[in-house]
Amino acid sequence: MSRTFLGMPVTAPRGVGNLRGDESFPAAARKALADPQLRRNLQHATTTIREKSARVIAELPDWQQLRSAGSALKAETMARLPELLEQLEAAVTAAGGTVHWAADANEANAIVTELVRATGHDRVIKVKSMATQEIGLNEALEAAGITPVETDLAELIVQLGHDKPSHILVPAIHRNRAEIREIFLRAMPGVDPGLTDDPPALAAAARRYLRETFLQTKVAVSGANFGIAETGTLAVVESEGNGRMCLTLPDTLITVMGIEKVVPRWSDLEVFLQLLPRASTGERMNPYTSMWTGVTPGDGPRDFHLVLLDNGRSAVLADEVGRQALHCIRCSACLNVCPVYERTGGHAYGSVYPGPIGAILSPQLTGVADNASLPYASSLCGACFDACPVKIDIPAILVHLRNQAPHPRSEAAAMAAAAYTMDRPKLYRAAQRAAKLARIAGRRGRGLPPPLNGWTLSRDVPQPPAETFRDWWRGR
Amino acid sequence: MRIALFVTCLADTMFPAAAKATVVLLERLGHEVVFPVEQTCCGQMHINTGYQKDALPLVRRHARTFDPYDVIVAPSGSCVGSVRHQHASVARQAGEPGLASRAESVASRTFELSELLVDVLGVEDVGAYYPHRVTYHPTCHSLRVLRVGDKPERLLRKVRGLSLIELPAAEQCCGFGGTFAVKNADTSTAMLADKMRHVLETGADACTAGDASCLMHIGGGLSRLRTGVRTVHLAEILAATEASTEAATEASTEAGPR
Repeated sequence: MSRTFLGMPVTAPRGVGNLRGDESFPAAARKALADPQLRRNLQHATTTIREKSARVIAELPDWQQLRSAGSALKAETMARLPELLEQLEAAVTAAGGTVHWAADANEANAIVTELVRATGHDRVIKVKSMATQEIGLNEALEAAGITPVETDLAELIVQLGHDKPSHILVPAIHRNRAEIREIFLRAMPGVDPGLTDDPPALAAAARRYLRETFLQTKVAVSGANFGIAETGTLAVVESEGNGRMCLTLPDTLITVMGIEKVVPRWSDLEVFLQLLPRASTGERMNPYTSMWTGVTPGDGPRDFHLVLLDNGRSAVLADEVGRQALHCIRCSACLNVCPVYERTGGHAYGSVYPGPIGAILSPQLTGVADNASLPYASSLCGACFDACPVKIDIPAILVHLRNQAPHPRSEAAAMAAAAYTMDRPKLYRAAQRAAKLARIAGRRGRGLPPPLNGWTLSRDVPQPPAETFRDWWRGR
Repeated sequence: MRIALFVTCLADTMFPAAAKATVVLLERLGHEVVFPVEQTCCGQMHINTGYQKDALPLVRRHARTFDPYDVIVAPSGSCVGSVRHQHASVARQAGEPGLASRAESVASRTFELSELLVDVLGVEDVGAYYPHRVTYHPTCHSLRVLRVGDKPERLLRKVRGLSLIELPAAEQCCGFGGTFAVKNADTSTAMLADKMRHVLETGADACTAGDASCLMHIGGGLSRLRTGVRTVHLAEILAATEASTEAATEASTEAGPR
């Protein structure tokens, strides 16, 4: 791999943010698989979104061309990233905004905290944002005595439940309405004690609480789906309208944007705003698309800050194969089609980015050693590649990362021995026979040694044949 | 036509019936089958488990062994997928551009069985007879890596006596995934449970597919639960005739209960 940078890019630091789990994927998955409520919720939600998305995608005759266009635009962006970011900075500054550069989560959290402090307020309203979840901004603000209030309904449920999001788009996909009612009764200020678990009643309770909060809070924090280098325009794409309240009502707006979210031109949105809603929620057009350029006197926030976040992204960019992970537009289509995600849910991935995209993004942001089990959390079935609206070859990157992952010593020895044998046909033939004899002589079936006992957990081992194909061929 | 058989290490060692059936079928259709004995394994397991360096000699061996042949067939979508989509890139990343172009050339002449029959040999009715209720599982690598589409079903529909029953949620992975099945055995099993439920819903006697590996997984589960439903490789169905029905049934890829 060739690195042309002055200085090596670093990965996301430990001890801050939400990119690393407490346990390996197989261990976390084992618990999730045993939760019938979770299994039912996930199966229902992913099947529903999948079908809806497939229906509206089928309406577009040029969907494949759109995917190719999206992929090409992202490839162009990554090839020109430094230049585009400087162009974005200049355009935002010219429009009256202030741009801050954050090398990692700690720097970004410190910048945002300081900006909020400078306003003299101790509460912020938040637009649903993956970047701020990634860096653990809420935890950092709370530590500084500032109260962040999530305004996306699902994020609010997660926040009030002292929980973690389990889906990029539907963060509370793992909760049912009875649980949501309990969370609201326990944690929502001013909630009606007679609240039922009727969905409209739950939504009304959230609306009442959020409306009051919107009107009383002077500082907002958002992420960004796109930052247009050409014009300095930021864009947030959401479904509830709560994001737009945050983006327009407060005096101060602070946007934390991953550096890969920049796009070269205004006209590029033509492609992405067709791809994103259909792949994501299965909608033809996104309900609330808010765009703003710097500050406009008498209209919206008076003070606008853009925090450009690296946090390992430059390290991802340095990997010629892995950098495609930065093309992600956070639609979550890959989660919804993934047979692994559908059964384990998002928490098993340990990172704020779950599912197939998480399995390639998280290990690259943190360094593969810190998320070594994630590249293996896939059967390589390829459904994610087909679903991705910007054609990220997720299976190829998973395999690429497996090649970088630390390997158990016994496995590495077995693999080397197997490769040695398989490169020597005579030895290979002898091994085939030896394996057969061992199987016939020994305990057949259930008592295989680790890690092969994983096989016999649920599957019988096939009977060894009387003769291998190659022996049969010889004797013909 | 002279066709080289890329047997795959799994079929060679554990499921020779599928490989023998491939030979019998192609010979019945009037073709000459050759078996280059220097072949062993394509290295997919090494590549997909993260041992690309160990896979390199196997990629080299595969390209060298099959380079002399104009048409190569394997009874596996997955192994053909590795040859077609991984070999050249393994070679390139190892700094061997010569090997990469040889691997690409071999890949362009390598076909999964249903591709060979339908695309190269232009045949759908192979003259088979298989009097059973069968459901077809499209394996992920046949479907999404090779894009074989409905070629296997087109072949199956022409088999006399066979009633083909559609598998619900057919396109969902069975949960095998090579070392995924052992590294993430619980998740793999959860996926298998749903696949088996769908197979059982069809009421079929047998589940067929183009990959012995996925069938080993599905069949191992069906056998563990004593469902009485067999797995059988596509090649075995296509090789079966009225005269050979008895023999073909005995030589199935069914995982025997312990």
